[in-house]
Amino acid sequence: MIAPSKPDLVTVNIDGREIAVPKGTNVIEAARLVGVDVPHYCYHPKLTVVGNCRMCLIEMGMPAVDPATKSPIMDPATGKQRINWIPRPQIGCATNASPGLHIRTQTPQIKDCREGVMEFLLVNHPLDCPICDQAGECKLQEQATGYGRGYSRFIEQKNVKPKRTLLGPRVMLDDERCILCSRCIRFSKEIAKDDVLGFIDRGSFSTLTCYPGKKLENNYSLNTVDICPVGALTSTDFRFKMRVWFLKQTNSIDTESSVGANTVVWSREGRIYRITPRRNDEVNDTWMADSGRELYKAVQATDRLTAAKVNGAVSTLDLALGAAAELLKVGRIAPSAPSPIAIVGSGRSSVEEQFLTKQLADALQAPTHLVSRVGEGDGILVSADRNPNTRGALVVGLVSDLPKVGTALRAVRTSSTQSATTDGSESRPYQEIHVGGLSNLAADIDAGKIKTVISVGEDLTAAGLTAAQLAKVAIIYLGTHANATSAAAKVVFPTLAVFEKNGTLVNQQFRLQKFTKAVPAPAGATDDLVVLVQLAAAAGGPALPADIHELWKFIAASVPALGTMTFANLPETGLLLDATPWAGWSFAEGATLHYQPAGGSPP
Amino acid sequence: MAVIPVERKPLSLAERTYLPQIAAGLKTTLKHIFQPTVTLEYPEQRPTIPPGYRGVPTLVFDPHGREKCVSCQLCEFVCPPKAIRITPGGIDPADPAAHVEKRPQEFEIDMLRCIYCGLCQEVCPEEAIFLQNQYSMTGYTRAEMVNNKQKLYELGGTLPDAHFKWDKKKAAEEHGNAH
Repeated sequence: MIAPSKPDLVTVNIDGREIAVPKGTNVIEAARLVGVDVPHYCYHPKLTVVGNCRMCLIEMGMPAVDPATKSPIMDPATGKQRINWIPRPQIGCATNASPGLHIRTQTPQIKDCREGVMEFLLVNHPLDCPICDQAGECKLQEQATGYGRGYSRFIEQKNVKPKRTLLGPRVMLDDERCILCSRCIRFSKEIAKDDVLGFIDRGSFSTLTCYPGKKLENNYSLNTVDICPVGALTSTDFRFKMRVWFLKQTNSIDTESSVGANTVVWSREGRIYRITPRRNDEVNDTWMADSGRELYKAVQATDRLTAAKVNGAVSTLDLALGAAAELLKVGRIAPSAPSPIAIVGSGRSSVEEQFLTKQLADALQAPTHLVSRVGEGDGILVSADRNPNTRGALVVGLVSDLPKVGTALRAVRTSSTQSATTDGSESRPYQEIHVGGLSNLAADIDAGKIKTVISVGEDLTAAGLTAAQLAKVAIIYLGTHANATSAAAKVVFPTLAVFEKNGTLVNQQFRLQKFTKAVPAPAGATDDLVVLVQLAAAAGGPALPADIHELWKFIAASVPALGTMTFANLPETGLLLDATPWAGWSFAEGATLHYQPAGGSPP
Repeated sequence: MAVIPVERKPLSLAERTYLPQIAAGLKTTLKHIFQPTVTLEYPEQRPTIPPGYRGVPTLVFDPHGREKCVSCQLCEFVCPPKAIRITPGGIDPADPAAHVEKRPQEFEIDMLRCIYCGLCQEVCPEEAIFLQNQYSMTGYTRAEMVNNKQKLYELGGTLPDAHFKWDKKKAAEEHGNAH
């Protein structure tokens, strides 16, 4: 951790430039602030410092003082205090800023040091770049460009080590490529709290391996692949799929839980290849869970809805909107009677969609429900509330109270405790998530009060409604994938997955975060905003724009908490909203990284 | 602009008969009849291709029959008209070339886009793609003009290898560490 709690500033001099940094700041970080790159492999800003790669060597000096009197010794040539340079290089990662510290990174000695370290690192490194997945984002490749000699003086036989070791179900190890930086070991021990990795043997025989009988199979194992500076650890999912230089990076948000880990979606020509974490020191540091990296697979699933349907028959968007408008005209018996239409909103929808759902509900004066998804938090980056945007529904006023924790159990395949069996097939235990919160709606349907249900992306069967209850009502369903609700629905609108649209989510810290469109939508699917705007208009609501930038003007005007916002000016690291109206509420989440539940205990 | 009439010289008798000109022409013709021919009866006769000629890009096997391409996709990256499209893939552990780990599942070069620049051959770190002597690509449809992996290996055949990099790698793996 680089920043001490008290910003006690000290002035250090790096390559002749003075900069004030908090006392104790790492020299690599301090140099980064003045735009000086100190090459490194083992140092990682979120892990402890071990200093075993020796790449970040720097020259270091302190202002000279008289040992007896402690008075500064001045240099008569310059008139300044003399600097006592340490004759040998020091490692930058383990050098902390102290008052008057002087650093030189561009001297011939340092260049020699870096070239020497590079040569030793490359002595046994295989010529694997053409088949190595790390090529293009490999620190060794990058530093070899700057400090490599271009040919090898090593004429002896290179070391032979295991090339294809499965450390766990998702991580493949190539020991020949490993430069023994120990980032993965430190990550497993310090962040994932699952100490399974270590080095065995000595000298050039040193080999990374799992402890006997253990596997790297925790739900954070793929972070070791991200932080591996070389291609030693590769993801079995992404292995040999695509070279990274072809992939377009789009900033997104992990929607598996209310943590809202910041992510980068890597896609090429409309196909997503992988999801990696994006650094946000307030939310997820530089990590994310493995389970969130698999979410892109649903985008290409075969059960995607790609055509609007009316009464089960494929239709056009216009005809489906017409049919939905007819269903919404079912009037109430008397003006004072409760509305026969109910709306099921979703904690998986974006803030914009929830705002439009709220507009639709207001126009129909319909009661709104929210589906709750509560599982078990892992205390790191998967929280108990598996809805990424429950708080968004509170902020825009879609619901005024938290949904009840459901009783319907849905078994969800989770990566957290899965293990690969000897025959290669994965045996994954199922983790149970409580889906529900619709008991009031179920009672209303049974009592015959509700004739029409609009479900915004929620499978009502999974949320605890029975098939008999679904059969009693006309359902308008907006969703991405086929399920029991889409099969029972009178009108189905195929909508977009999170990677195919722009929007915002409010995470457990009440931090408003933006996700952007990574890939185009499949043919036939319509933006949720377009459908909701049309439905709200058909229900007699105000005319709203479906364009997200225009829509935000309305959101800012009607939601006080979002008053100063536009979609464009939302920073990439998110914006913390005022959470005081919900202070003391009992949210489902327990403590996770950068989050402490305030007030009440989890229900 | 002033018009200046130019007086045309009247033709002489010899010029009016055209005979000297015909004779001069026949002399040139006769001279070439007895000279060696410089044209070819294409397509029955084919030209000899000079070394360094850049024909149709092809994929090659090494002398041991291993496909040399490891689908690093550098050619796809460097290709100026974006004619190359590679689907990378792994190699089955039971395959004799399993130690290479990677080979193309599919490799397509669109010859309607290819500009025969040779950058793919230049960039290839495995010496697997060569612009060889084939210069005539024809077809009736656009699809026919896309060379797939099988066609590329048919066109490429086997070329000598100076390094046998992967064979050395496998030998070292089997030999183990020297010390």
